[in-house]
Amino acid sequence: MTALASPRAMRALLPALSLVLVLAGIAWLNPRAISYFGFSLMLNLAVPIALATVAQMFVIAGNDLDLSIGPFIGFTGCIAATWLNDTPLLGAAMLLGCIAVYAALGALIALRNLPSIVVTLGMSFVWQGLAILLLPKPGGAAPDWLQALMSVKPPLLPFPVLAALVIAAAAWFGLMRTSYGAVLRGSGGNPAAVARAGWSLLAIKMALFALAGLFGVLSGLALIGITTSADANIGNGYTLLSIAGVILGGGEFVGGVVSPVGAVIGALTLALAASPLLTFLRIPPDWQVGANGAILIIVLAARARIGRRSEP
Amino acid sequence: MAPSPLVSLDGVEKRFGAVRALDGVDLAIGRGECVGLVGHNGAGKSTLMHVLAGTAAPDSGRIAVAGETQRAYSARRARQLGIRCVFQELSLCPNLTVAENIRVFHPAIRGLGWRGRAAALIADRLDEIFPGHGIAATDLVQDLSLGRRQMVEVARAFTVADEAVTLVILDEPTSALDSHTAGQLLAFMRRAVAGGMSFVFISHLLGEVLGNSDRIVVMRDGRIVAGGPARDFDRDRLVTAMGGAKEDPAAAAIAGGARDAAPLRVRARPRGNSVELLAHEGEVIGLAGLAGHGQTDLLRRIFAATRRQSGIEVGAAVALVAGDRQTDGVFPQMSIAENISIGSLGKLLQGPLISPRREAALAESWRQRIAIRTPSMGDNILSLSGGNQQKALFARALASDAPIILMDDPMRGVDIATKLEVYDLIRQEAARGRTFLWYTTETDELMQCDHVYVFRNGAIVADLPRGAVTEEKVIQSSFLETA
Amino acid sequence: MTAIRNQPWLWSFLGAGLVWLAAILFTHGTGAGGMLTAALALAVFTVVVGIGQMFVITLGPGNVDLSLPANIGLASAVSMTVMNGSDGRIAIGLLAALGCGLAIGIANYLLIRALRIPPIIATLSASFIIQSIDISYGRGLQIKPPPGFADFANAEILGVPVLAILTVLFSVAAAIALRRTVYGRSALAIGQNMRAARFAGLRVERIRAVTYALCGTLGGLDGALLAGYFRGANVDIGNEYLLASIAVVVIGGTSVAGGKANVPGIWGAALFLVLLLTMLNTFGVSSGVRLLATGLIIVAVIAAAGGERERR
Repeated sequence: MTALASPRAMRALLPALSLVLVLAGIAWLNPRAISYFGFSLMLNLAVPIALATVAQMFVIAGNDLDLSIGPFIGFTGCIAATWLNDTPLLGAAMLLGCIAVYAALGALIALRNLPSIVVTLGMSFVWQGLAILLLPKPGGAAPDWLQALMSVKPPLLPFPVLAALVIAAAAWFGLMRTSYGAVLRGSGGNPAAVARAGWSLLAIKMALFALAGLFGVLSGLALIGITTSADANIGNGYTLLSIAGVILGGGEFVGGVVSPVGAVIGALTLALAASPLLTFLRIPPDWQVGANGAILIIVLAARARIGRRSEP
Repeated sequence: MAPSPLVSLDGVEKRFGAVRALDGVDLAIGRGECVGLVGHNGAGKSTLMHVLAGTAAPDSGRIAVAGETQRAYSARRARQLGIRCVFQELSLCPNLTVAENIRVFHPAIRGLGWRGRAAALIADRLDEIFPGHGIAATDLVQDLSLGRRQMVEVARAFTVADEAVTLVILDEPTSALDSHTAGQLLAFMRRAVAGGMSFVFISHLLGEVLGNSDRIVVMRDGRIVAGGPARDFDRDRLVTAMGGAKEDPAAAAIAGGARDAAPLRVRARPRGNSVELLAHEGEVIGLAGLAGHGQTDLLRRIFAATRRQSGIEVGAAVALVAGDRQTDGVFPQMSIAENISIGSLGKLLQGPLISPRREAALAESWRQRIAIRTPSMGDNILSLSGGNQQKALFARALASDAPIILMDDPMRGVDIATKLEVYDLIRQEAARGRTFLWYTTETDELMQCDHVYVFRNGAIVADLPRGAVTEEKVIQSSFLETA
Repeated sequence: MTAIRNQPWLWSFLGAGLVWLAAILFTHGTGAGGMLTAALALAVFTVVVGIGQMFVITLGPGNVDLSLPANIGLASAVSMTVMNGSDGRIAIGLLAALGCGLAIGIANYLLIRALRIPPIIATLSASFIIQSIDISYGRGLQIKPPPGFADFANAEILGVPVLAILTVLFSVAAAIALRRTVYGRSALAIGQNMRAARFAGLRVERIRAVTYALCGTLGGLDGALLAGYFRGANVDIGNEYLLASIAVVVIGGTSVAGGKANVPGIWGAALFLVLLLTMLNTFGVSSGVRLLATGLIIVAVIAAAGGERERR
């Protein structure tokens, strides 16, 4: 009989392999980048990307897809740079309100059995519109405490790496080790069975989306803490990055198969590939956008090739 | 002194639109009793069990458990009262481990150390029911074979976290198990009955029902038409009560001609050191052996063989009848006619477009030939009972002009009357020169074949001509010492 | 005969009618006819790509072509460049646009099939690359269409745009293809149950390839037509057609889960969307409000329509 350990082990190793590949590429192009300072710089945006990826992971775990996470992060960033800075209580309330809206969306999708792709695509316009209304032109300023947090310099590990470890640990524990986490994932694997066992699919969907909203807000905060000012379009690329990160991390669109650790590793890989690698390869600005797409394709293709050998 | 029944259903009725699924059913189940429930597909067995389990509400009638009439009966209430069920649809989450699935099933298992408790719970049950099962609580369900998943499903029904188990409904529980594991389950059931647990045991394998029930109840068209102690029944009486014709083994014999006279259609060697499978025109070839030993694999490879693969030579077009109609066969939003014609679209063309007239004619001719019970072939396919859906899938394969038909255990869970009708059809088609490669787990069906190849561990180990096929021979060749 | 109420596409026409009435009320009846003509003209572009998207979405869950906006942008540039302002080169220019779209469609399919990348990511990544190609190809050029082509794209007969008439004919052909060709029937089957389609002997991969190629080609056509209608090509000309193409498919009654498609509904939904935008423009709202309102209405319509009933 086939050894059961192998497919599972391969699935777990793939994201790490991809990361190693990208790191190797960077090391070869610019050896000096492999240093505390180098990592701090390269992985600059890794924290918001990782948080966005975890947010997407919760949604994908429930057999849905969130195509609005990018504009949502942009909007929360705008809130952070305006209201949170000027009137902290109101800003905090608005951010909590955003999470509540996400939970409400989850409820809507569950109650009306709606296709999340289309609903979130519609919502992406909503968040985008709200962001433009809030900040028609780039501006605002990140709260001091946020800036301070994001520029912390811990002793051994660069801050982004440390933060990524914390995020991965928290997500892993919450989703993979807790008893309710098993139920959340089960809702993606066999929702009918979970419902029959007495669980409320409505509550589960709301929980998944609320978690996505929470991590989306955190991502927006982290992003603004780094860039120190906001702009309505700042988060738009995060939709693709977050989806790619989850898939790269071994997750699948259907079936409730996700890996929190893999997702964070995937996010780190993409953070490295999306900008630093490109800069080292000296890609002209016109082609930066295209190169992002190309790198995504290469990385996913590599994953597919390795994955093929482990298919039962 | 008759003890009061554990469960009693009185005058239960249920309609689905115009269809009377249950037409006034009275059923009582005693403590420590195993009630065998048999009937045609569409007789109402599943519906009755759903009512009993609380997952379907009856339109009228009374449900009483332990003497107490239930007013607001629901699935949750049923479970609180100790009623569990194992239905044909597998209800595990494939992306979770076995232990995690137990947790989902038992909301009471939470807090620190929940994983260990859930694992212990399922491990104990698996050891008790299926000794030597080889399943670890940390296995991901999607990595388990179908048979093992069924084992987990069954064992799960008997796990107790906070609610006791008093009545277990088993709906075709052995369909995904091989004979060794099925035997273990049935032995456990008998032990449990002796210990005071009650069962409702639904199976189309009449031998199983006769051998393991205390009482048998026969349903037909939404009503109970016969019932009594199991010793009062035999196969023929059951079949007649269900509405099927008596099976005449002599009439069921398929005339087999000399093998080498007809042209060779398929030649396949599943593995290097295996016996070679040969199938000629007009032959019905059976694939036997324990479930999951390479039969389905070979069929799939033969289906996919467009050019010569190592060891497989296919001389004509091939059509497949899938065993799992939900995942591999049915197009749920298409009509019955469309489901049948989808395999022969080329034949229905008039110019560049499909001719509705030809399609309707095709559907009607098959409706008659294979006796599909439906008011209209334009109805959605899911309006048919399971057995009739399977017939539609057969019609699809036969309607295509493929001379070779592969059958991947398609009669699983199908009622006896449907089966007899399909066997008839296979005989007719074979007489016209079609070749059938038929993987089945039932010896009765193997006896209908011209030649049977027995599989073990992915290779063919025995080649039995008609007449030499007996249950002993098949089991003997296919029995595997579990490591 | 199914009840009128059950026909999903009727609702989209109803919605379109309501929006038109609202707009007329606001303008006190002036320009009602002109509004309809303009709506028909604009709806054409959404319908063309909507039909392409419909075939892709019908293939089953996860099948979406997100590369349409970039496709349209590139095709508009290519077609205008090839036409080079001369009426004699209109045919070649159109062919070039179609060829460009076809190439993109095939490239999408190859990414999905050969590299095993999920369609959402494949097409989204491809769109990034196409964008870069377009930017560097048509650097800031405002390429004008030949006068004959522009006139043709803007021509009307008795107040009905010629393009609209042609597109209606095309839609009829598409509807017939869906129900009565081997291709259409196969696409529906694949969307409902891909495994069963394989076992029934359908050439699944061939159908998928044709579908993505078709969608790409229609995107190319749209690019050329848009350039003609708006009398100029540019990179962003296709941007609003991402949400639009998916929204009209869904609002028009095609199932996002695949296997169930509806062509008339695409017209109704396209008119609805276009009239909605017109109405918002008449109310004189800013871009932020426009985005917000469009998104909210899309979500509301889909929520009201509800999703597929769960198969028992």
